[in-house]
Amino acid sequence: MLTYAILIACALICCALALNAWRLIIGPTTPDRIIAVDTMYINSIALIILLGIHQGSAIYYESALLIALLGFVSTSAFCKYLLRGDIIE
Amino acid sequence: MDKLRKFVWFPTPYHSVLLWLVWQILHDFSRGHMVLGAVFAIVIPWIVAPLSEEAAVAKKPIKALMYTFRLLIDIAVSNYDVAKRVLQSNRSLKPAFIAVPLDIKDPVPLTIFTSSVSLTPGTVSVELSDDRKWLYVHVLHLEDEQALIKLIKDRYEAPLKEIFGC
Amino acid sequence: MSVFLEVVVSVLLVFGSIIMLIGSIGLAKLPDYFTRLHAPTKASTLGVACILVASMIFFSVQLGHVNLKEVLITMFLLITAPVAAHMLGKAGLHYKVKMIDSTKNQHLAKKAYLQQHPDDK
Repeated sequence: MLTYAILIACALICCALALNAWRLIIGPTTPDRIIAVDTMYINSIALIILLGIHQGSAIYYESALLIALLGFVSTSAFCKYLLRGDIIE
Repeated sequence: MDKLRKFVWFPTPYHSVLLWLVWQILHDFSRGHMVLGAVFAIVIPWIVAPLSEEAAVAKKPIKALMYTFRLLIDIAVSNYDVAKRVLQSNRSLKPAFIAVPLDIKDPVPLTIFTSSVSLTPGTVSVELSDDRKWLYVHVLHLEDEQALIKLIKDRYEAPLKEIFGC
Repeated sequence: MSVFLEVVVSVLLVFGSIIMLIGSIGLAKLPDYFTRLHAPTKASTLGVACILVASMIFFSVQLGHVNLKEVLITMFLLITAPVAAHMLGKAGLHYKVKMIDSTKNQHLAKKAYLQQHPDDK
């Protein structure tokens, strides 16, 4: 049962990632693309955790944590760049 | 250079406990790491505390816990609400901006308040006015402006004022 | 792994991924920038939290001891999602993104924009 659940969850998250990529491509403005990237990193955390459950190894946890940290930092850096035209003042 | 601070053993007790707990969670509660985490939890605040500014501290921890639980329930409710609106036809949406008058001024309660507003049904905080008197909020579907402002103030701001005593 | 826990983990996984899919559908479908801001910040956060809780239960059973590491990611995402949403909203106001015409109280957005740019009348 768990195997099927993981397969279904993987399929749904891949659909979600495809929709985010669609929004990333069509835009229409830069802030829209930043939201798409922001959602994409959250979805990729879920995908990595699913891979960890599928293979039964706990070592993927660290990569998920790193993506969470770097994703937030990159989103705020993008926003700062849009707001000020500069990241470190 | 200001005058030297008096030496305190635990300058930031809450942060020490939090640091120790996070270290334990990362290392699965083994005995050696309990000692190492305790050393870190004591030494790091000595170095870091002089850099930080005075911040408001929760005066009523039990009320704060209850607030957190209510927030978690509200997050679940808000997800149901937003999911319903997303999956329905989007033609009937009535998005709006509202301005919520603020009573709290301290940075820490204000941050918690804006975060709570962002995580709860159909509202995202967008901008704070310079004098910290108004919070501009974007609403996904607005029915009654005054009722929504009153709900936000009663449900999130009043408990926060009580918790932080300001 | 007992059948009951397996059912719990499976339900959490599927439920979480459905919520994340709804968040992404909202991102692709909603009409303007500020409404698009709503769906990912709420739905994706709860969805990934469900999946992380499922992973926590799974590894606690598999490794044979309490495993709370995923709580850290969940807490971090719950704290940072509203902050990121606030910054994105500010960036949107600054960028003067288009709003759909039925948006009420557009003068407030104008006011917030003028506050970011005091010399731009």
